[in-house]
Amino acid sequence: MHINMKTSLKYIVVLVMVVGLVSCQKNSRPNYQYMPNMYESVGYEAYQESDAFANGVEAQLPAEGTIPRGDFMPYEIDNTNEGYDLAKATLKNPLADPIPLDEMDSTNIDPNVPRVDYAVGGPLYTIYCGICHGAKGDGQGKLVKREKILGVPSYDDAGRAITEGSIYHVIYYGKNTMGSYANQLNEEERWQVVAYVEKLKADLEK
Amino acid sequence: MKKSYQSLEDNSTINMKQVIYRNLTSKILHLGFILLLTFSTSLIAQDGDPANGKSLFNTNCAACHKLDKPMTGPALRNVEARLAEEEGLDREWLNAWIRNSAAMIKAGDAYAVKIYNEYNQTAMTAFPTLTDKDISDILAYTAQEVDPCIANPQPGCPNYVANTGGGGGDQGGVSNNLILGALAVLFGLLAMALVLVKRTLNRFAEAKGLEAVTETKGTPLWKAFVQNQFLVLVTAIFFLLASGYFVYGYFMQVGVDQGYEPVQPIHYSHRIHAGDNGIDCKYCHSSARVSKHSGIPSLNICMNCHKSISEVAPATLAEGKEYGVDYNAEIQKLYDAVGWDGTAYTGDSKPVKWIRIHNLPDFAYFNHSQHVSVAGIECQTCHGPVEEMEIMYQHSPLTMGWCINCHRETNVKVKDNEYYTKIHEQLSKKYGVEQLTAAQMGGLECGKCHY
Repeated sequence: MHINMKTSLKYIVVLVMVVGLVSCQKNSRPNYQYMPNMYESVGYEAYQESDAFANGVEAQLPAEGTIPRGDFMPYEIDNTNEGYDLAKATLKNPLADPIPLDEMDSTNIDPNVPRVDYAVGGPLYTIYCGICHGAKGDGQGKLVKREKILGVPSYDDAGRAITEGSIYHVIYYGKNTMGSYANQLNEEERWQVVAYVEKLKADLEK
Repeated sequence: MKKSYQSLEDNSTINMKQVIYRNLTSKILHLGFILLLTFSTSLIAQDGDPANGKSLFNTNCAACHKLDKPMTGPALRNVEARLAEEEGLDREWLNAWIRNSAAMIKAGDAYAVKIYNEYNQTAMTAFPTLTDKDISDILAYTAQEVDPCIANPQPGCPNYVANTGGGGGDQGGVSNNLILGALAVLFGLLAMALVLVKRTLNRFAEAKGLEAVTETKGTPLWKAFVQNQFLVLVTAIFFLLASGYFVYGYFMQVGVDQGYEPVQPIHYSHRIHAGDNGIDCKYCHSSARVSKHSGIPSLNICMNCHKSISEVAPATLAEGKEYGVDYNAEIQKLYDAVGWDGTAYTGDSKPVKWIRIHNLPDFAYFNHSQHVSVAGIECQTCHGPVEEMEIMYQHSPLTMGWCINCHRETNVKVKDNEYYTKIHEQLSKKYGVEQLTAAQMGGLECGKCHY
């Protein structure tokens, strides 16, 4: 009987140790690594902390007034009421025009093929706009239906009378409660979305 | 209108003081509320239809106005009464303003210019299509008293969440622990009782002169085992193999962070955003479409929605309690970080120290856009059911074997991709298959990911 007691005690000790080992595994901290210096580079990684800059992060905005290389034109209309009116009246979708002759080369697409492509603009619209503005552009997106965000107007709203220029301007800067989408969509994508919004507006006005 | 509520409320408070029994006061309060509600609705009903007003308000006004808080435009609770009292402006003025505020500012109407300047010269959209009836409905809605249900949810309210139910999560946790503790104590007592019973039985047996245990003389089991060399050898080999297996398993999981779920500085629920609200992954992680990284979204993307969502719905808040999270406090953390005071940016922003979960070692190259945009793979294929995760964790092991396995099994998406047309034609002929896998396109070459 005494031997029995002892062996069972041993079993219990082993069991407690195993349970202890298992419970030490914590998911809130990362696992061990073999050679951490091979995992982490000397160079900066995206979003890393860094003493090199005043605000302590590696990710920085481009210096003011600089533009990236390549085919890029800065958007020069100001984010003001006058700027909005100016864009609304004058700004036109460059994708609607055929490619200028001097920019055509073998890599460029056929000038006869329209550059406005709903197959590009549509999915982008669904990701970035449809969640509030609705798949049809009637202001009945999922967030509006669930009463998370209210007051999203329909694209055919007569008081606003949006144009391609004003759509682009608002995507670029945002307006009132709507934020800017300039960092989620690049210039060409914005114009593709503009074209798709115009299509939705035309469908709504039918 | 206003006076009648006032007198009613006064009455009820007076009544309260006269009553001796304390629980009667609440009953009278309730009665007061009910009377107040019935009176207020019946009074307003003469003017306009607040229910229709609410839907009109939500579609037309709510983008810029809240009832009790200034947003892009001023708060609109009791706007008509306030304007009449403070500025002496009537319904005519409001109608004109709502239908075309810009014209009034141009014409130099004093209050119109004042309010325009007060709100950063933001032009209010003109609503020429709203009829007199529509406007009076909207004003009837804004004239409604604060719904006591919103300020203080109580039994009988549609948004009432039983506090006991909400806190039930915590209490449940406590009581679970209690039950477990009680069970452990019970088991301990049982074991002790058994031992005691056995001892007393033995003692009885001894007292009655009976031999309790008849021990048979012979070699004990362990001695027999040690003497049998074959058995010892087999057991030794078995233990060696078993420990080898466990050691191998341990070493193979070093550097694998599957299941890693750190506590983030701001609690972000993918379950609510991607699951309940159905926001596309690429809405926030937009760089996954076009770059190597599927970046952590910058805070301006949070603010696209949270500019107007400063508090979650009561039902959502109650859900949060089950996870031990106060969602409203988390939104406040976002506002602190981005420097938002409720109406404007203060310019005082702080970076948020997010903790990176999915991190490939630097000797492996991985490009999101190649997988998301070119191959058209769903985010969930690698990241798991993110839309169900209250706390984000690493779903996949992200080991090389895992990568290669998927490259072996997945066909290359050639549809709508001219870039692959020619090579796919030639390679599929060479391998004699109809559909090439990623591996057959070179997805197993070392240099593709390690260089």
